[in-house]
Amino acid sequence: MMAGGSARATRKRQGTNLMPSQTPLPLGARPELLKMEGIDKTFNGDVVALKGLSLQVNEGDFISLLGPSGCGKSTALRLIAELSHPTRGRITWAGGHDTGDLGVVFQEPTLMPWATVAENVWLPFRLRGASYASVKDEVLQALRLVGLERFQTVYPRELSGGMKMRVSIARAMVTRPRLILMDEPFAALDEITRFRLNNDLLALKEKIGCTVIFVTHSVFESVFLSDRIVVMAARPGRVIRELTVDESYPRDEDFRTSSDYAAHCRSASDALHEAMGIAA
Amino acid sequence: MSIAEDRGADPAPIVDADEARRARARRLDQIGKWTLPALVLLVSLFLWDRVVVWNEIPHYILPGPGLVFETLIKDWAMLFDAALVTLQITLMALAVAVLGGVGLAILFTQSRWIEMSFYPYAVILQVTPIVAIAPLIFIYVDSRIAGLLLCAWLVAFFPVLSNTTLGLNSADHNLRDLFRIMGATRWQRLRYLQLPSALPYFLGGLRIAGGLSLIGAVVAEYVAGTGGIGSGLAFRILEAGYRLNIPRMFAALILIAGMGVIIFAGLSFLSHMLLRKWHESALKRER
Ligand SMILES: Nc1ncnc2c1ncn2[C@@H]1O[C@H](COP(=O)(O)OP(=O)(O)OP(=O)(O)O)[C@@H](O)[C@H]1O
Ligand SMILES: [Mg+2]
Repeated sequence: MMAGGSARATRKRQGTNLMPSQTPLPLGARPELLKMEGIDKTFNGDVVALKGLSLQVNEGDFISLLGPSGCGKSTALRLIAELSHPTRGRITWAGGHDTGDLGVVFQEPTLMPWATVAENVWLPFRLRGASYASVKDEVLQALRLVGLERFQTVYPRELSGGMKMRVSIARAMVTRPRLILMDEPFAALDEITRFRLNNDLLALKEKIGCTVIFVTHSVFESVFLSDRIVVMAARPGRVIRELTVDESYPRDEDFRTSSDYAAHCRSASDALHEAMGIAA
Repeated sequence: MSIAEDRGADPAPIVDADEARRARARRLDQIGKWTLPALVLLVSLFLWDRVVVWNEIPHYILPGPGLVFETLIKDWAMLFDAALVTLQITLMALAVAVLGGVGLAILFTQSRWIEMSFYPYAVILQVTPIVAIAPLIFIYVDSRIAGLLLCAWLVAFFPVLSNTTLGLNSADHNLRDLFRIMGATRWQRLRYLQLPSALPYFLGGLRIAGGLSLIGAVVAEYVAGTGGIGSGLAFRILEAGYRLNIPRMFAALILIAGMGVIIFAGLSFLSHMLLRKWHESALKRER
């Protein structure tokens, strides 16, 4: 019954049980999760969205992709999700992968309006043929983690923007994927909600011990959340700088007001200006 | 803000001046919705009656509302049987239109080739007036019922087809991407994403199709002409016309109109029940 791929299945099950916390290894010691090598992506033969993009993603990383509009951040995520394919170069997962290894959160919550909160979170399991009864515990636990357990029978239209986004996050992590891609998930939210979700996202990542690639336009958000910031420039889209924010997790409001935070923000901001200067 | 966020707090209801005004306006709206049309009806019936009486119009030219009503009661058994026949054709045609329309729409969205091949002909069938096609149908189709059904179906299936096709194709593109990432099969995408997305569109098409299948059934009866057992309302109108039985024509007309209204109201109710939990169209916003 458990022939090929059983090692991964076992690890995944452990990941679920190992609940409260998996502190990620220090930055230098993390095993490779996936690698993008020399990626070019051209649309319609002449729009060069990405040129020579290389990036190694390690297990436990929280990577922010930071860059001006049009530099190919979304395109990079779509390539990783195999929604489109690179014109040149390749993306390889260390040890292969399957659909359950990936969770995605878009800028809009992208919920099914005809389904309740719990049914929305059930979706990834449902598509694998799992009945609701058989995964009810996982679904409810995911909802508990995002603080929405009480709302399981509510329809999305009754939720605020921030709550919808929480449902979307719960859906992305309910299957305990190894990698979660987030494309400006909080861009449309007000700042207070955004801060709160930033805190919660970090707590969640700690709990389920996944890897995150997070696209944002906000220097502050990228510094607060990530331990690696990949700064990209446009025309053609490429990586121009990578910064590390080697500050311990959990990070809290004290970190937001620390001088280290300010220093990281300054260097990220400088790198972003450089990216925009080159683009101009 | 959201009502959901306040749940559990259970605050005492606070009614401010705004709320009170809105509640009053809502109540007036509710009353007006029924009383105003009823008033218009009463006034028109009264005027109709007066015009007939004052001008001494003979009943074989324009009967008064009283006579029409009398005829409706007197001929009720015959008219009601006819109405049942027409209703039966209409509902059967609607059912076939739904099956055919939805089935074709699903085929169209599964394969571009099928859509490209057949869509133009669906349009041609739709734009050709049914009165022009109906005589041919009755030449080639022996069974009277089958002919009527075919006519009614031809008129009714297109709105179902085009609305459902539109709905199936209008599933949120991010959700489509998500389904792809999660490895959904074609069937899962149809079942869990496209069909629910199409539901509001389909129901819109269904309401139009309900009215059209009645029109189709009536037109077909006119064309089919011959009477006997199983004649519908349209045939009764024709027959009464030959005999200058104008009150009966009016009575039958009222029955047809009433049937149309009932079909429309029934389908609207169905639509409301299916969508009220989640769709914006069924959501009551503060005004
Ligand atoms: N499907 C497509 N067809 C043609 N061009 C595309 C397509 N998708 C993206 N592009 C182009 O590729 C470039 C990068 O787009 P992308 O959406 O990846 O940028 P982005 O960094 O995510 O921008 P933003 O911050 O505004 O979301 C842009 O110039 C865009 O016009
Ligand atoms: Mg983008």
